[in-house]
Amino acid sequence: MTEQAKTLTSNPGTEKARVIVCAGTPCVSAGALDIYEEFEERLSAVDLPAEVVLEDEKVENEGLSLDLTGCPGFCEQGPLVRIDPVGILYTNVTVEDVETIIDKTLAQGEVIEDLCYEDVSGQRVLRENEISFYSSQKRLVLDNCGYIRPDSLGDYRRAGGLKALQKVLAEMTPEQVCDQILASNLRGRGGAGYPTGQKWKFTLSQQAEEKFIVANCDEGDPGAFMDRSLIEGDPYRVLEGMIIGAYAVGASQGFVYIRIEYPLAIKRLEKAVENLREQGFLGKNILDSGLDLDIDIRRGAGAFVCGEETALLHSIEGKRGMPRPRPPYPSQSGLWDRPTVINNVETLANVPDIINRGADWYSDIGTENSPGTKVFALAGDVVNTGLVEVPMGISLEEVVNEIGGGVPGGKKLKAVQTGGPAGGCIPADELDVKVDFESLAEKGSIMGSGGMIVMDEETCMVDLAKYFIEFSREESCGKCTPCREGNTRLLEILERITRGAGKEEDIDLLRRLSELEQKASLCGLGQAAPNPVVSTLDYFEEEYRRHIEEQECPAGACRYLVTYLIEADPCVGCGACARVCPVDCISGESQEPHEIDQNECIKCGQCYEVCNFEAVLRK
Amino acid sequence: MSCCSEEYTLKEKIVEKLQDFRGRDRSDSYLIPALQIVQEEYGYLSRQHLDEVARLLSVPYARVTGVASFYQFFNFQPAGEYEIIICTGTACHVRGAGAVFDRFLEELGVEPEEPTEDGKFSVTDARCVGACSKAPVVIIEEKVYSHVAPDDVPDILADFGYSP
Ligand SMILES: Cc1cc2nc3c(=O)[nH]c(=O)nc-3n(C[C@H](O)[C@H](O)[C@H](O)COP(=O)(O)O)c2cc1C
Ligand code: FES
Repeated sequence: MTEQAKTLTSNPGTEKARVIVCAGTPCVSAGALDIYEEFEERLSAVDLPAEVVLEDEKVENEGLSLDLTGCPGFCEQGPLVRIDPVGILYTNVTVEDVETIIDKTLAQGEVIEDLCYEDVSGQRVLRENEISFYSSQKRLVLDNCGYIRPDSLGDYRRAGGLKALQKVLAEMTPEQVCDQILASNLRGRGGAGYPTGQKWKFTLSQQAEEKFIVANCDEGDPGAFMDRSLIEGDPYRVLEGMIIGAYAVGASQGFVYIRIEYPLAIKRLEKAVENLREQGFLGKNILDSGLDLDIDIRRGAGAFVCGEETALLHSIEGKRGMPRPRPPYPSQSGLWDRPTVINNVETLANVPDIINRGADWYSDIGTENSPGTKVFALAGDVVNTGLVEVPMGISLEEVVNEIGGGVPGGKKLKAVQTGGPAGGCIPADELDVKVDFESLAEKGSIMGSGGMIVMDEETCMVDLAKYFIEFSREESCGKCTPCREGNTRLLEILERITRGAGKEEDIDLLRRLSELEQKASLCGLGQAAPNPVVSTLDYFEEEYRRHIEEQECPAGACRYLVTYLIEADPCVGCGACARVCPVDCISGESQEPHEIDQNECIKCGQCYEVCNFEAVLRK
Repeated sequence: MSCCSEEYTLKEKIVEKLQDFRGRDRSDSYLIPALQIVQEEYGYLSRQHLDEVARLLSVPYARVTGVASFYQFFNFQPAGEYEIIICTGTACHVRGAGAVFDRFLEELGVEPEEPTEDGKFSVTDARCVGACSKAPVVIIEEKVYSHVAPDDVPDILADFGYSP
């Protein structure tokens, strides 16, 4: 770090500064609110030109202000605190650090190196935009996340928000809006990638006394949090896209369907709807355009299948969330049998930019058939977990290694899972695959809604397939037989394989059963549920065989197939393992090497975890 | 519409809220929001609750139970005073949530969802609580534990006054 960089302002303590505390779910869970309170309390006690601002619309542009923002995505390093306008980013901040930050950075303009992000090479990186996690991304949808206060309509408008809506209502016909979205070739971000413009046009062409628009924020893929972060960080963008959509298709009532597990996002959304209503952007005759629209927020109740559009519509109607066959498509007959357009929230969040900057600008980003960007929730065995937005067509390798910083702990990458329970995995040697709808499908996975789980060599692929099938089995609504029975049988087979009781013919059986379920199921849940099995079989059949033929789990993950052994040399006889063993099957004299009675061992692995001398081996 | 709280055991503010739903267009579409409000107040849905929701919204009792039983959010027996929620989303699974879950059951000697004898603890799983970067994640009473290993379990339980 240069001398110059160490001092931020020529005039410490007087230049206006903003302290921005990330208030996304991961940072809150790591104590962000306590940090915020500590700042508030301490700032009010010191003699800095300090102003503590909590509420929206009361922002003063002078002095020092303190804000809570939505998730900037760098969750692994949270809680995050950014000092603007200089853009210094502090990571892993604790309540104890607050005093130092005030004394040094705010009062004297000094950077606290210890709180800056340390990159792989051990260098401290000062500013957010210099961290490779951010610099390889292209943020359109997430542009405002972390930079504006999510509750503040004023902040959103200062960042250019609502311009698109005003333009649409003043200058464009519904047909023109549909045409522009069609020309941009925006494709649905909820998983299937259906062209949004076509869907809108079709809905517009329907004659009906009433139409609806629904935003899908059910986000059921376990291990995905893109939509949540988007709504927590920039709720108005989604709502603006939705109002534009309503105008384009002629809808007079909108619903946002959001998981009940997302309390913070729900709160932000409610506040945003209320503010829009107050300011005349929702309600009757919006901006004198003749458009009437209100938006109602409906919370899900913990059923994955309700992310499927027809099931979701049933749920809004107050029924069991059972899917139904299509056609008719919701755009012909949806809520209460009226034409209903349903879009994922990230899809909608792309709309304002396309209106403002044009279809050509948009289709230049990404690839020809998959224009634009995609937001991913990067998680699992990767250094920088968090929210990333990348142009379509970027290689998976760049996402995992450059943005994600690779696999931690010197372990080897095994595979990357995309698309959750409906997706598949890409093995390490195919990592140069492009991230777009077609390329991922060619490799037997899917883009999905954006979950991306990195797995190291200690992840067992049979266990992974079992995990997803268990998920799909629990979430199957039970209406159609191929899905209900198919998942149960698949799980049975996978379970016996992971217990070492697999049979020679099981691999073939898994394949045939999968194919049948894919072809014969009623809705997307069953049609896609076997994908994780098929994809792991395609790439890791050998691993299945080792389980079946040699009762061995190469990754050392399948509990029944591992053996724990104590190596005599490193064992100092401290007895720690014997004390934690729940079945008392470890014996040995004090200071002498211990031994595990293999007949009694229940393979709980506690001895392995507790040993400080690496004397317990897992095989 | 008559309101007499003697007819209902639900708290008056809830009765009022449900009557408000009843007065709206397509009122049966508020069945799920109504059940959510009741569950959030009482922590579970009793037969009596379901019956009163049915009457207040004028929806058949069979449909109320049918809907309530379909969605995982609803439960029909009270949870423990402290509900231990272990995230078993993919990120948490890959990082070992299963072993953490088993360890909680083992320490407390219970089955999933079944409260301990003194009614103090129950163990349940949740799908991705949205904090994958902190996986595996355990939540008790809004307190979030990150990067939990099975060996942390006794200490976590001790935070809530549990001793074996
Ligand atoms: C089992 C299942 C679960 C789904 N879950 C979601 C979800 O959580 N969020 C979502 O936007 N779409 C989900 N979808 C896709 C929706 O059915 C629908 O295609 C999508 O909301 C359309 O919006 P889009 O065109 O903007 O992508 C799911 C589909 C299936 C079959
Ligand atoms: S998988 Fe556990 S928080 Fe996301």
